[in-house]
Amino acid sequence: MSEPAKAPLKPAGRGRNLELSEELKAYKGVWVFIEHERGHVHSVSWELLGEGRKLADQLGVTLSGVLLGGPDEDLDKFAKEAFSFGADHCYITRDPVLKGYRNEPFTKGLTDLVNKYKPEIVLLGATSQGRDLAGSVATTLLTGLTADCTELSIDPVTRALAATRPTFGGSLLCTIMTLAYRPQMATVRPRVMAMPRGDDSRTGTLSEDTLGLIETNIVTKLLDFIADASSNKINLPYADVIVSGGKGLKNPDNFKLVFDLARVLGGEVGATRPCVQAGWVEADRQVGQTGKTVRPKLYIAAGISGAIQHRVGCEASDVIVAINTDPNAPIFDFAHYGIVGNAMQVLPALTQAFKAHLDARIRKVA
Amino acid sequence: MHIVVCIKQVPDSAQIRVHPVTNTIMRQGVPAIVNPYDLFSLEEALRLKDQFGGKVTVLCMGPPQAEEALRKCVSFGADEAVLVTDRAFAGADTLATSYALAAAIRKLNSEQKVDLVFTGKQTIDGDTAQVGPGIAKRMGLQLLTYVSRIVETDVDGGTITVERRGEGGVQVLKTQMPALITMLENTNEMRFASLPAMIQAAAYQVRKWSKEDAAIEDLTKIGLKGSPTVVSKVFGPTPRSEKAEMLVLENSTLRDVTLTLLQSIFTRQPTLEQDLLDKLSA
Repeated sequence: MSEPAKAPLKPAGRGRNLELSEELKAYKGVWVFIEHERGHVHSVSWELLGEGRKLADQLGVTLSGVLLGGPDEDLDKFAKEAFSFGADHCYITRDPVLKGYRNEPFTKGLTDLVNKYKPEIVLLGATSQGRDLAGSVATTLLTGLTADCTELSIDPVTRALAATRPTFGGSLLCTIMTLAYRPQMATVRPRVMAMPRGDDSRTGTLSEDTLGLIETNIVTKLLDFIADASSNKINLPYADVIVSGGKGLKNPDNFKLVFDLARVLGGEVGATRPCVQAGWVEADRQVGQTGKTVRPKLYIAAGISGAIQHRVGCEASDVIVAINTDPNAPIFDFAHYGIVGNAMQVLPALTQAFKAHLDARIRKVA
Repeated sequence: MHIVVCIKQVPDSAQIRVHPVTNTIMRQGVPAIVNPYDLFSLEEALRLKDQFGGKVTVLCMGPPQAEEALRKCVSFGADEAVLVTDRAFAGADTLATSYALAAAIRKLNSEQKVDLVFTGKQTIDGDTAQVGPGIAKRMGLQLLTYVSRIVETDVDGGTITVERRGEGGVQVLKTQMPALITMLENTNEMRFASLPAMIQAAAYQVRKWSKEDAAIEDLTKIGLKGSPTVVSKVFGPTPRSEKAEMLVLENSTLRDVTLTLLQSIFTRQPTLEQDLLDKLSA
């Protein structure tokens, strides 16, 4: 990693090739890898189509989805969903060895399609599957890959992808470009981009390719898939209401107050990294740079200072309410409403207030 | 078994602060540490060594001061440490880094056959998680990322079975060695450095390789030259113009403040109230 410096920086020369060759200039089109697992597409793929649509429109090129899967998987249905979210075309590769994610067949599947159809931009979700695949594909293609982007745009001069991401834990942001190589690859975490509106009247075209791998030649075998018990599922990224606790709660028992409020609001419970590291709550509840990115309608932060690493995880929330005893806490710089007070008193008061309000409204209707 | 563990020395990003006036990173006094994710991989490698015998070599591409991080790994029980250090590596992105590390591992393999390569899941400064997959691709190693548990290792048969975290569940994968594994965090607990290992570490001479020693052939593939990605801009996040609307507790009761807050929230996000009511009636 180069040393960050005062903005803005010019790209370093020193004999680097920063010019796109004629051959690479011919690469056109924005692609989104559509990730699915056991009959269900990961929402990050739709979020990326929404973003990809904007990029494709700016470039005046086609937006395509890429679907790899087994012959008995619902790829045509997923393609229809992709069209509704903005894709013009879907590339499909069907093969028994593509049932269930494995690095080798998926890397070959995506790499072959890229080499054949030459897109200028390829986007993947920064999930366990996406990151595993993106790194392998980028290295196979010997091209640039920017991970965990928070913003994507097209540079009007070069028509290149400008990928912005946090650096050094989120303290600074940097914009990264892949000027002389194609395709330009980027991964984006779930919930960083907004979910686009679906339009069922939209249609698109399909094309199908073959993989050319046989099971006996694939070294890694997928023996089993053990699903998580559904009772354990904490779905923070897609929660509409989140109540989060930080070290300002003083001890893990006070998290009960966070859970109480979340329950009344039908919401999820989140936490800061220090709380997770201290073992106060499960790691899946961590909101922030290295945790989950969330965009709920309501985010209540109790006893959270609002350090940048946490901020980047929750600042896209529609309404942020912060409770902290320190009036200078950085959280008040980006929250919408702030209460300087003790969370141990304010949280139960909020719980009671919401409960009373909602109960009264329900009785009115009944 | 011969296991190579790739590590990186990183600034402790949790401690990094941005200068409020100049908007640059204040690096002074920020300690350099072994990338925390690497330690889970190192611990797993050491456990395999405990179980099957053999050797753990830690490898790092970095500036001279990264020697300290390698020495730390020796104090945990690694047998050998190699620092691949050369001015020519400066400015490397993940593609250029994986090229250099793959070359170094090939060199190590020529000395003693490598059965497994471990890397950390990602670094706390780069956060890309790309170098592990990059090394595996370049070396033709089977790649197993996000491993939550090593289920079984058959040294004679040359196979390894792992649990890998996916969406909504865990995959059970079996593959042939040599393979590259990245461990998920919190899958194990790092051991304490034993006194004999600490003594060994203090006296240990870290092997230092230049790009020639690491048998790196193509100089256009390393450092800045070998990096397709270019940092075109570094900047601080734009501060929001509006700060929070503060509700003051001194002037009103807590009850009044919460009622005011509720009204403000429902006005600002008009669909929220109905969502909450729907959830209650469901």
